[in-house]
Amino acid sequence: MLLKLIAQAKFLLNITRSHHIVRRYFVVNGFDGALTMLGLIIGFLISASTDLSVIVNACLGAAIALGMSGVSSAYVSEAAERQRALGKLENAMISDLQDSAHGQAARSVPLLIALVNGLSPLLISLLIISPLLLSQAGFSWPASPLYSAIFIALILVFLLGVFLGRIAGVSWLRSGIQTLLIAMITIVLIYLFAG
Amino acid sequence: MVCVTRMVLDVLKPHQPNALTFSQAIAEVGSDYYVHLTVLEVDESTESIEIVIEAKNIDFDAVQSAISDMGGSVHSIDEVEVHNDSDSF
Repeated sequence: MLLKLIAQAKFLLNITRSHHIVRRYFVVNGFDGALTMLGLIIGFLISASTDLSVIVNACLGAAIALGMSGVSSAYVSEAAERQRALGKLENAMISDLQDSAHGQAARSVPLLIALVNGLSPLLISLLIISPLLLSQAGFSWPASPLYSAIFIALILVFLLGVFLGRIAGVSWLRSGIQTLLIAMITIVLIYLFAG
Repeated sequence: MVCVTRMVLDVLKPHQPNALTFSQAIAEVGSDYYVHLTVLEVDESTESIEIVIEAKNIDFDAVQSAISDMGGSVHSIDEVEVHNDSDSF
């Protein structure tokens, strides 16, 4: 059942040539999520000591807002784009394509893209704040939860760079270091303006 | 029983699904279907194709449904071979 759904999703993405859009949204919004969490955590780190529950709630709130914003904005824009493309194709075919795979794609692909666009920052944010969540739940954490979260954020930013490098067919290490550098510059800017 | 054993169809289809996926979907209509697809003309958003289908008994409705499911439309039936298989009664 799940395999059939995945095959169907791949088929619909293929006929609308939307693979690259999904990939782009995953990276762009995932990067947004990682840098937002990094910014929030650095902000808390340079502020006067704050209660862990306040930090967790602020980060969770931002993660959920990023997820919702990703889902809704991508759905609205992609649904309009898909309907426009379907209309153009119907004009060229001089027939109604609502019941065809193209009609189904015009309805399902925006939903799929919206889910990727929303889940990417949400999941990346949750991964980054996982040390804070675990620490709040009472799990003993060997390092400071805030520094651990920053470390995870930097690793994820590096991995997003590696992913981009592999797509572009260039050095994955160079691409990973490039995105890591962006995260470092973000940290420096936060220290300069907020510190 | 009258069986349709060969058909040549003139079909207009969008560029996607491509010729391979399109012909595979038609071949999936029956286990003994042989499908030969030729792209005749390519326009900005569509392409005209000729599909030759061979089988012991072609189910044209199912073939037409497979074609329209993928966004194509049958323009004309250009050739048909029909066989009266009385032994099957």
